[in-house]
Amino acid sequence: MSTGTEQLVESELDTQEAHAHHGPAKGISRWFLTTNHKDIGSMYLWFSLVMFMTGGCMALLIRAELFQPGLQFLEPAFFNQMTTMHGLIMVFGAVMPAFVGLANWMIPMMIGAPDMALPRLNNWSFWILPFAFSIMLMTLFMEGGGPNFGWTFYAPLSTTFAPPSVTYFIFAVHMMGISSIMGAINVIVTILNMRPPGMIMMKLPLFVWTWLITAFLLILVMPVLAGVVTMMLMDIHFGTSFFNAAGGGDPVLFQHIFWFFGHPEVYIMILPAFGIVSEIIPTFARKKLFGYSSMVYATSSIAFLSFIVWAHHMFTVGIPLMGELFFMFATMLIAVPTGVKVFNWVATMFRGSMTFETPMLFAIAFVVLFSIGGFSGLMLAIAPADFQYHDTYFVVAHFHYVLVPGSIFSIMAGVYYWLPKWTGNYYDEKMGRLHFWLSFVGINITFFPMHFVGLAGMPRRVPDYALQFADFNAVSSVGAFLFGFSQLLFIYNVVCCIRKRNQATDRVWEGAHGLEWSVPSPAPYHTFTKPPKVD
Amino acid sequence: MAPKSHKKLLTQLLLGTAAMFGFGFALVPLYDVFCDITGINGKVDLTPAKYSSTETSNREVKIQFIAVNNESMPWSFKPTQASLRVKLGKTYQTAYWAKNLTANYMVAQAVPSVAPSEAAQYLQKVDCFCFNRQPLNAGEQREMGLAFNVLAGMPEHIKTITLSYTLFDITATSAKDVASNN
Amino acid sequence: MNLILSAKNLSRICSYATVSVLFFTVPTVYADWQLNMREGVTEISRAIYDLHMVIFWICVAIAIIVFGVMLYSVIYHRKSRGAKAHNFHENLYVEIAWTVIPMVILIGMAVPATGTLIKMYDARESDLDIQVTGYQWKWRYQYLESGVDFFSSLTTPQEQIVGDAEKTENYLLEVDNPMVIPVGLKVRFLITANDVIHSWWVPDFAVKKDAIPGFINESWTIVEEPGIYRGQCAELCGKDHGFMPIVVEVKSKADFDIWVSEQLLAQAEKAKSAEKRWNLDELMVLGEEVYTKSCAACHQASGEGIPGVFPALKGSLIVQGDPAAHINLVLNGKPGTAMQAFIDQLSATELAAVITYERNAWGDSLGDIISPSQIAKMKQ
Repeated sequence: MSTGTEQLVESELDTQEAHAHHGPAKGISRWFLTTNHKDIGSMYLWFSLVMFMTGGCMALLIRAELFQPGLQFLEPAFFNQMTTMHGLIMVFGAVMPAFVGLANWMIPMMIGAPDMALPRLNNWSFWILPFAFSIMLMTLFMEGGGPNFGWTFYAPLSTTFAPPSVTYFIFAVHMMGISSIMGAINVIVTILNMRPPGMIMMKLPLFVWTWLITAFLLILVMPVLAGVVTMMLMDIHFGTSFFNAAGGGDPVLFQHIFWFFGHPEVYIMILPAFGIVSEIIPTFARKKLFGYSSMVYATSSIAFLSFIVWAHHMFTVGIPLMGELFFMFATMLIAVPTGVKVFNWVATMFRGSMTFETPMLFAIAFVVLFSIGGFSGLMLAIAPADFQYHDTYFVVAHFHYVLVPGSIFSIMAGVYYWLPKWTGNYYDEKMGRLHFWLSFVGINITFFPMHFVGLAGMPRRVPDYALQFADFNAVSSVGAFLFGFSQLLFIYNVVCCIRKRNQATDRVWEGAHGLEWSVPSPAPYHTFTKPPKVD
Repeated sequence: MAPKSHKKLLTQLLLGTAAMFGFGFALVPLYDVFCDITGINGKVDLTPAKYSSTETSNREVKIQFIAVNNESMPWSFKPTQASLRVKLGKTYQTAYWAKNLTANYMVAQAVPSVAPSEAAQYLQKVDCFCFNRQPLNAGEQREMGLAFNVLAGMPEHIKTITLSYTLFDITATSAKDVASNN
Repeated sequence: MNLILSAKNLSRICSYATVSVLFFTVPTVYADWQLNMREGVTEISRAIYDLHMVIFWICVAIAIIVFGVMLYSVIYHRKSRGAKAHNFHENLYVEIAWTVIPMVILIGMAVPATGTLIKMYDARESDLDIQVTGYQWKWRYQYLESGVDFFSSLTTPQEQIVGDAEKTENYLLEVDNPMVIPVGLKVRFLITANDVIHSWWVPDFAVKKDAIPGFINESWTIVEEPGIYRGQCAELCGKDHGFMPIVVEVKSKADFDIWVSEQLLAQAEKAKSAEKRWNLDELMVLGEEVYTKSCAACHQASGEGIPGVFPALKGSLIVQGDPAAHINLVLNGKPGTAMQAFIDQLSATELAAVITYERNAWGDSLGDIISPSQIAKMKQ
């Protein structure tokens, strides 16, 4: 489609929605009142960037404290608040909103819909978030401090023994849960109801597919999280005993319910990443994605399996032998569909005609480093060995490998990939590559040594450690600062890309396919007001 | 193209969300059932055994008794016998001893737990002080009885069963009930 | 906010940072680049180590193949080399193969893993049973057969932690009273907790079990070599989670028996010491020792507490008021707060000493003495 047809579409609809069609409203109210999926998508992405930097600063405080044995910067009580907040902010504030932002921008454009199905709900689900996180961050300044019980908030540390601010924490979790659920509902309705004729399910781009499955996971597990924090609230304030042994409750029950939410949550943070990478690799390999349908089936089976493996987070709580065996086998099984995905990506690159622009660099690094996280995941699945790995830095290394060079790298790849379409300008490729290489090196220096200290016996969530862990911790800290500060390049590059003219073509990338590349660059405020023809 | 109705799908998704919220709470009783079946965690019923086995056997196992005080539970609390050798299927009596060392009236609740956890379902309590709250006046002491049997069907490899009672201070929460009883 | 940041620390950190950035190493006193899991000293720990290594090498092999193919494509199938994209995007046989082969490999891993797990759940009769109870932030060991009963807490001095003194070899991994067990015998651990969830972990035994309040977990070990083994609490349990190590001393059976009788004797002596008459100075000396070990973590050595989290004792109404209320609080704790009941944790003499110390340290000297015999009566 070219600008010609776009004008045609606009003139046709001018009579109905003349007001909306001259582009965005002026002034600040544009952002408060907008129902435009592109505006909301941008707000989600900016919000997530702010949270990423906030959570990142906390991570750097943690790494600064752990640079040397002994207590230097942080009191243990404050250190625990930092680890807790870092986890909560990165999971609920950085990674999830970034994916929702990308979904908002790209899903309507990829399936050829004019907007999200429920635009006002969309506005709501975004605007809840800043309030939720303000409340969450406010707790740090309250008497007794903020949440200090880890992002997994195990009872009774988070109930009977929690600081008074826990009530605000619960309230904030409720708010972001509602936001996620509304976002997920919107995605599902958009994908199921707003496809133009001819856009059958098995033609959907993989990013859309993975998001559809993610949205179902969100709807299935976010209410369970809401349930578990509600039970906490009742235990704390209304004298119930869900998790208190004295009244016939059970603290282990908390862990079961939490991980029933928590494990699918982990996949919520990685499935959209799979989708992004599955868009980028074919573009820069100039070759169709290998095994499209097996990708869809693999994603679905990962989502299904995520519901029956939760107790692998709890191998040491004293589960009977049969339970341990069941959860061990089920967890190992996840390696099969995950393997299929990795093999498909490699097969897509094989005999392609590759170029290595920044999105592709991030995508390739994703495949390699996510696989490393996958391997350590497989090791953790082995129940007897998990008795040695559990709650050590080996686990920290594992989940940071799947979340940072996994989710975060995929988000950055996606931003570089679609940025020219959003802004109409190419970003600075050289700076992009520099950002990639600094991040790649930084991330590995930070997280690879954590495998070693974990195996050597360093527990996680400690503000101080024995002397034999000192060397690798110092290395980790150096890497963390390298990674942290190189993100400033990313921000600079994005801002320049918005402000400096370096006109991008409509197709942007030579090998790009899909409806989103058929609209002009920058994408006009309203796209596909008339359904495109899909063949 | 007439847009498909969002309303129907939206309703279904909202119902799904509500159902999952309910499911979170349903996990609580489900977990108890699950524990009953598998003996996860050595969690034990707080009600008397509904049936006592008549089947006896000559097999003997050792039962150990442990007392644990939960945080800020200042009573002195210990089993009167550290361990017993018991024949499967026979009912035995033993007791724990508790003394309220404080200058205040207090109410306690004992919570039983069994190791190994798979033995939990074979240890039947005929009578137990853990079925009721245990009030003690300042300085008061008492022996609290326990009657139990071990079902004959218990797997061969279990030779020792450890029965622990953790004593929790529930004075604050039970104050209301006491007031209404008097 | 509770940041401690002294200029001295900062300058030291900066100099370390410079050194390590420049040379990429930290002062060599600490040099110990241990990369791998410890093999340990039990059959189980070695089985786990072997399992870990097998799976690690399988992962390495898979990684070499997959990343090898990818690297090959990256090098040879690049546009700048004139590579033309081929047009294949499906192959049923290949896809079946790379679903089935991983399945087979996984089954190959699951077999030894299951074997090891079954071994770990072995429920044969034990020779010695020890009840392990996690407290915020110390461990209590009760030997069920002999009645030996003591608490085990960190001895690393605060000066080393905040950097005022050189850190010694077993920094953060040293305790006042280690657990002592005999070599070659089956020791069963019955693990529970007093307040929040802890986790008792000794890497060399490959024993890690969560300690859950109200519930009892079991684990066991047979250690093959005498020695001293160190571990840590592995589950976040609040402020001083990083400061509650585990030390286990493994002795020959004969030495273990001697140790038990010594312990019993010492326990009896301790109980008797309450009958003696103690003067203020004696109580203050012992009291400070007890305070540092049992109270300073929360109320701080200065008695000033942490505002909003742990109340100050210096100038507190309870400490300066009626001794009976003060004694009651220390002995029986305060429900719903971090203030534990210390009646079980300390001997009558220690309790009397620490209360006396609290009432006379920090300048609010009341001059009153709490006598050990008075406390001993309350403990019966």
